Amino acid sequence: MSIENTTATLAKKEKEALFSAKRRKLITDPLNDNNPVTVQVLGICSALAITVQVKPSLFMFGGVLFVVTMGNVIVSLIRNLIPSRVRIIAQLVIVASLVIIVDLLLKAYAYDMSKQLSVFVGLIITNCIVMGRLEAFAMGNKWWPSLLDGVGNALGYGLILVLVASVREIFGSGTWLGFQVIPQPVYDLGYVNNGLMILPPMALIVVGLIIWIQRAKNTKLIEAN
Amino acid sequence: MELVNIFVKSIFVENMIFAYFLGMCSYLAVSKKVKTALGLGTAVIFVLGFTVPINYILENYLLKEGALKWLSPEFASVDLSFLSFLMFIAVVAAFVQLVEMAVEKFSPSLYASLGIFLPLIAVNCSILGGALFMQQRDYPSLAHATVFGLGSGVGWMLAIVFIAAIREKIRYSHIPAPLRGLGIAFILTGLMGIAFMSFMGIKL
Repeated sequence: MSIENTTATLAKKEKEALFSAKRRKLITDPLNDNNPVTVQVLGICSALAITVQVKPSLFMFGGVLFVVTMGNVIVSLIRNLIPSRVRIIAQLVIVASLVIIVDLLLKAYAYDMSKQLSVFVGLIITNCIVMGRLEAFAMGNKWWPSLLDGVGNALGYGLILVLVASVREIFGSGTWLGFQVIPQPVYDLGYVNNGLMILPPMALIVVGLIIWIQRAKNTKLIEAN
Repeated sequence: MELVNIFVKSIFVENMIFAYFLGMCSYLAVSKKVKTALGLGTAVIFVLGFTVPINYILENYLLKEGALKWLSPEFASVDLSFLSFLMFIAVVAAFVQLVEMAVEKFSPSLYASLGIFLPLIAVNCSILGGALFMQQRDYPSLAHATVFGLGSGVGWMLAIVFIAAIREKIRYSHIPAPLRGLGIAFILTGLMGIAFMSFMGIKL
């Protein structure tokens, strides 16, 4: 009886739609309730250092999207072949190889960007989002859910990155993605760009404020004292 | 004298946390108590102080263009620097594993207090960051690289001990509920970062 049951559930699982509600949740969850940066506190290192402007943060998002998604897929395909004692090193080697691809691509097609991001491209390897998702999700799931999970988490990361970068670029230099946002007449009236926003510590404070806003709206995320 | 400069600079002016935000994940996760923060900080100093020089040797005698000249003059044009990420992270992971095993064998009491943090360090961005900054800044000698590694570690430990002390103090403060925990830690770090920026004007 129980065997029949399990085979029945297995068959049901096989038939689960490519974008069933549960799987859509894999993508939408990391955008708010389970955001990698503001809720899981992963991958903050790079999220803060490169958010002075929007453009580098978009490139960073692209790099992380590629590495997280591909890493998740590869690890989930070979997860049964990795002995659990050496899994961290095996995962690191896979991630490092993917990051080398990203680094070489950036050097070839966007050299200025690669100079601007400097060591932070290499630091995608130790971006906790990548390792965290490999360890927490890809080691125990099939490749398609892992792919969705990777895309979802990269999107959640990119969302915060672009938000922080937008705030800092608009208030710090009066532009967005390089376009002038604050019109010239405002400057003529005596408006001055807020130089503080360009300084690195402001990234932390902006993320702190974003967490404040998010938790004020989403009260189940509030931490117990 | 130059070595002292690099040491002071890497602690205060180019602090891993306040200037580059490296190692933030464990910085925020393990900064609730001063004692554990001190343990993790010591482990980071130790690992940085060893992996940066090891990676320096690898970089200069194996990976850089022309670095293989000591083997035979015909290798002078070989450039393996695209492998550096892979080499660095392998060194860090292997070293952390080695230290963990050695500490477990020879000093079980230290292992009990430090043990849980050691695996965390393998994916701490500040360790790999130290190696990558070393590569980028092209230090002239092994001594420079070692001092830079130690200084960065000390700076990281200072930062995490400071924030842990503050977080212990504010536990009974009246903070707006949504800001509690993570939010206030971010804002505190930002304010400390602004304070640390005053070191930037120092010319050594």
